[in-house]
Amino acid sequence: MACSATAKIIHNPLMLSSSRSAEKYESCCKISGPTSLLGSKFLGKKLLSAKSAISPASRRSGAVVAVSSDVVKEKKLKSSSSAASNLLITKEEGLVLYEDMYLGRAFEDMCAQMYYRGKMFGFVHLYNGQEAVSTGFIKLLKQEDCVVSTYRDHVHSLSKGVPARQVMSELFGKTTGCCRGQGGSMHMFSKEHNVLGGFAFIGEGIPVATGAAFTSKYKREVLKENCDEVTLAFFGDGTCNNGQFFECLNMASLWKLPIVFVVENNLWAIGMSHLRSTSDPQIWKKGPAFGMPGVHVDGMDVLKVREVAQEAIGRARRGEGPTLVECETYRFRGHSLADPDELRDPAEKAHYATRDPITALKKYLFENNLANEAELKAIDKKIDEIIEDSVEFADASPVPARNQLLENVFADPRGFGIGPDGKYRCEDPKFTEGTAQV
Amino acid sequence: MAASFGVSSAAVQAVKSSASPLPSPPVIRSEARPISGRINRSRKAGKIATHAVAARTENPASAASKTGHEVLLFEALREGLEEEMERDPRVCIFGEDVGHYGGSYKVSKGLAEKYGDLRVLDTPIAENSFTGMAVGAAMTGLRPVVEGMNMGFLLLAFNQISDNCGMLHYTSGGQFTIPTVIRGPGGVGRQLGAEHSQRLESYFQSIPGIQMVACSTPYNAKGLMKAAIRSENPVVLFEHVLLYNLKERIPDEEYVVSLEEAEMVRPGKHVTILTYSRMRYHVMQAAKTLVNKGYDPEVIDIRSLKPFDLHTIGNSIKKTHKVLIVEECMRTGGIGASLTAAINENFNDYLDAPIVCLSSQDVPTPYAGTLEEVTVVQPPQIVTAVEQLCR
Repeated sequence: MACSATAKIIHNPLMLSSSRSAEKYESCCKISGPTSLLGSKFLGKKLLSAKSAISPASRRSGAVVAVSSDVVKEKKLKSSSSAASNLLITKEEGLVLYEDMYLGRAFEDMCAQMYYRGKMFGFVHLYNGQEAVSTGFIKLLKQEDCVVSTYRDHVHSLSKGVPARQVMSELFGKTTGCCRGQGGSMHMFSKEHNVLGGFAFIGEGIPVATGAAFTSKYKREVLKENCDEVTLAFFGDGTCNNGQFFECLNMASLWKLPIVFVVENNLWAIGMSHLRSTSDPQIWKKGPAFGMPGVHVDGMDVLKVREVAQEAIGRARRGEGPTLVECETYRFRGHSLADPDELRDPAEKAHYATRDPITALKKYLFENNLANEAELKAIDKKIDEIIEDSVEFADASPVPARNQLLENVFADPRGFGIGPDGKYRCEDPKFTEGTAQV
Repeated sequence: MAASFGVSSAAVQAVKSSASPLPSPPVIRSEARPISGRINRSRKAGKIATHAVAARTENPASAASKTGHEVLLFEALREGLEEEMERDPRVCIFGEDVGHYGGSYKVSKGLAEKYGDLRVLDTPIAENSFTGMAVGAAMTGLRPVVEGMNMGFLLLAFNQISDNCGMLHYTSGGQFTIPTVIRGPGGVGRQLGAEHSQRLESYFQSIPGIQMVACSTPYNAKGLMKAAIRSENPVVLFEHVLLYNLKERIPDEEYVVSLEEAEMVRPGKHVTILTYSRMRYHVMQAAKTLVNKGYDPEVIDIRSLKPFDLHTIGNSIKKTHKVLIVEECMRTGGIGASLTAAINENFNDYLDAPIVCLSSQDVPTPYAGTLEEVTVVQPPQIVTAVEQLCR
């Protein structure tokens, strides 16, 4: 396939990361809007004193938008000169993005309400503030493409197309949920929409995503099918210190698997700050170490995310291999609904609250005359109705009957053993007598 | 990279929708007479379902087919693998040194040359990740066979085996199946040291959602390998380091054995001896001595470690009323411990004496030969136990 392009991308990120001169840095970054990597003063000091810090010049200008591979850099240079006249999206696309982000936000807010009303229990992790990443990436996928997520998976499922009703039912533990109530908040699966989970342990899902990408390559090369399915693996900053992350970066790059590793770096792993746990906090740099491009992007801006996503997914589809994309983002709420969120500096939270991705997109749409107030309000209303309906549906749905307990343990029920007449023991009434008294 | 592989597109359509597997071939249990059919070609064989287990006679393989061929156990495993890879293009192998090296115990020798580097994938040394990769591949339509170079290495993959292999079918509400086979050699070898001599069946047995089988002869090795690959459940196939060079004559015809059934090795009436894997041979050696002394032990190779074949075992207990379990697992929390509990629960009324369980000592296997010998159960101990039980 595109061999020469591949070679270029492998070599250049290594050079790019080592040359830290201010000029070169600024020429390849598109500077827009007041951003800084960290809002908190204390943490800011830590970054300045770190050895391989971003060059002082760019820190003053405040923008770390995209440190990208050669290919993306070229595209940016071409378009940056005429950025004003080249809109990144059409009106339809803009409305789709807005709707998806608003759906994610409204759904998560409703989840919080329902949790405090006692309709759902356990660990519920909300995605408020990170919608740009989910929308920016997943809205570029086809139905056959796969998405693998972590426990913060409600919005990934919604973006991929799983109906809000099914997700809400699953959260309520009803049998009409996407996993029949057996998975819960942290295990959202959908075969129809190719959402491969939903994993409670961080890092656990990355090999699964690598396997799904492997299947795609296998189908193309061994089964000779026309397959260009791509897999996206979403995970956080904490996961990037986990062995499975590195092992999968290695394998994906080795076999040029069609996968994009998306890091949702929200700087916090429950109460552990990314800077306190990571020797080199710049996660995108770990990509080139394994021979794949590492890209850093502002995860609060859905259009920037979408642009990077387009490139990364395109690479994967063409068979050029994986990409590591680090999205700098932030979660407005605590780690989970049980987290009092006392450790994070209020100044930091306030800072990121001003960079709310939905507000930013709204502003963009208005400024570029892509939509007006009324259209967006109509979308808001529509989404609010969908959410209300999903709650009603979930409320009205039945809880799982007790005999559902043993149903999906094995795909082939012979796993429970076979009885005297050759029938599966779980059909045998005597089988359940001794066990869970269902 | 991958060898080009001529596959009819019709066979390949079903990859994504893993609902409808290929029609099953003749499934025969170890005791039945073989169904004649051409090797590797019988796709449309008649549907012969597994029947319930009843008491059987002698070693079936040799009685069944005098025209079979002799193989060593690792060759039988390879035959099983190869036949399944031939039959279903979705079957692939992941493991360290399975491809170009042919497998550290030669189980996949020659397969990479035949099927290509993608179907027989040499992985880097990352057990947790490549086992997880197998899970992801299984969820999206492939049927991977994961080899742990030594079963002990799969401890590194425990996260994926327990959480993903075992649980995903359930937590996804039945949407995704994980038809993986995880196999590898375990057990105490010849002075391999503590870490290479582990018996993981006791660690895995509590994981809900997986099946475990242990092979012990070339005949059941091939049959179990094929059955495991065809099963929609995740199956862990335990092989033993010291059994790879066992020789036996196996049928030329295609056959599959049931994953859930035990094998009657030697019928008898005085005592039921339950065993599996390598201990089967220690038991048979002890049985010779016992027969000379006038005892008539019934020896059952349980084969299916999870779920236990309580039907066969129960029938035997109803006949003999005494049970001796001989296993290589450790005493604490081993297969024997679970089996003892299961038998006590279900067949308490039929027992004339408490169940005796001979297991390995609860020690890390020492390197020194003399110490290693004492760690596992030896035939004289089995003889003594039977004599005491039958007093």
